Amino acid sequence: MYGALWRSLPGPAWVRVILVLIIVAAVVAALFTWVFPWVQELVDTQDVTVGGTT
Amino acid sequence: MLGVLGELLLTAGVLVFLFLFWQLFWNDWVVRGEQNDRGSQISREWDDQASDAGHDDPIIPEQPDDGEVFAQLRVPRFGEDYVSQIAGGVSKAVTLDPIGLGHYPDTQMPGEDGNFAIAGHRNTHGAPLNKVAELQPGDAIVVETKDGWFTYRYRNTEYVQPSQVDVIAAVPGHPDEDPVDSVITLTSCNPFMSTAERIISYGVLESWTPRADGPPAALTDGVEG
Repeated sequence: MYGALWRSLPGPAWVRVILVLIIVAAVVAALFTWVFPWVQELVDTQDVTVGGTT
Repeated sequence: MLGVLGELLLTAGVLVFLFLFWQLFWNDWVVRGEQNDRGSQISREWDDQASDAGHDDPIIPEQPDDGEVFAQLRVPRFGEDYVSQIAGGVSKAVTLDPIGLGHYPDTQMPGEDGNFAIAGHRNTHGAPLNKVAELQPGDAIVVETKDGWFTYRYRNTEYVQPSQVDVIAAVPGHPDEDPVDSVITLTSCNPFMSTAERIISYGVLESWTPRADGPPAALTDGVEG
């Protein structure tokens, strides 16, 4: 899977390394911004009030 | 085929650790910084609006609407630049997640006889009460409003079941009694990352400082010990 991805990238090795870093950074940014906040809603472990009204 | 499966499993493992990193470190650091920055900005705005009022008696803020920021919490023990916004209501969606600390609507306001009860996250969303278990008797818990500062002194902590609502009664633990003291109650989750219990911390009102006099010594002197 990752081997195929590596081979599909253009250019010499150093260009591919830079492309991989950009792709990883973009994926992590997307996870932090959208995916993880959504996941946290599903696994909420954060009740901080007494009375259980929230 | 097996190689692809292995790569997928490895990826899943990395994602789990990445999520933990995000939840436990990134989320708290970044949001904590945002709340501190917003706090400094709000203080500056309140400084600009300051008047000479409030020299004799403390100015008690009005009961806020849901999600309305009316005060800020400053606790030197939590860090020199620590400041968290306090808004009305204790729902996660409106107050606790986006803003920080929430005021239990049926409890008293700072300066009133009775109990100023607020709730906040101990983890995630900036974790305004992350260090609540590190408070030591006598530590300053300062509630800043647009008119001045209420300085409370931390007294004690107890651990209770989530159903024990008398901790936010006007006289904590004695819902039938009339209040004679002004106290502050902080509620958060216990243990960390759990919904099993609540950690309840109390402080007693010590003094009022009008904004025209500048921040109280409790804030400018830092923590002892």
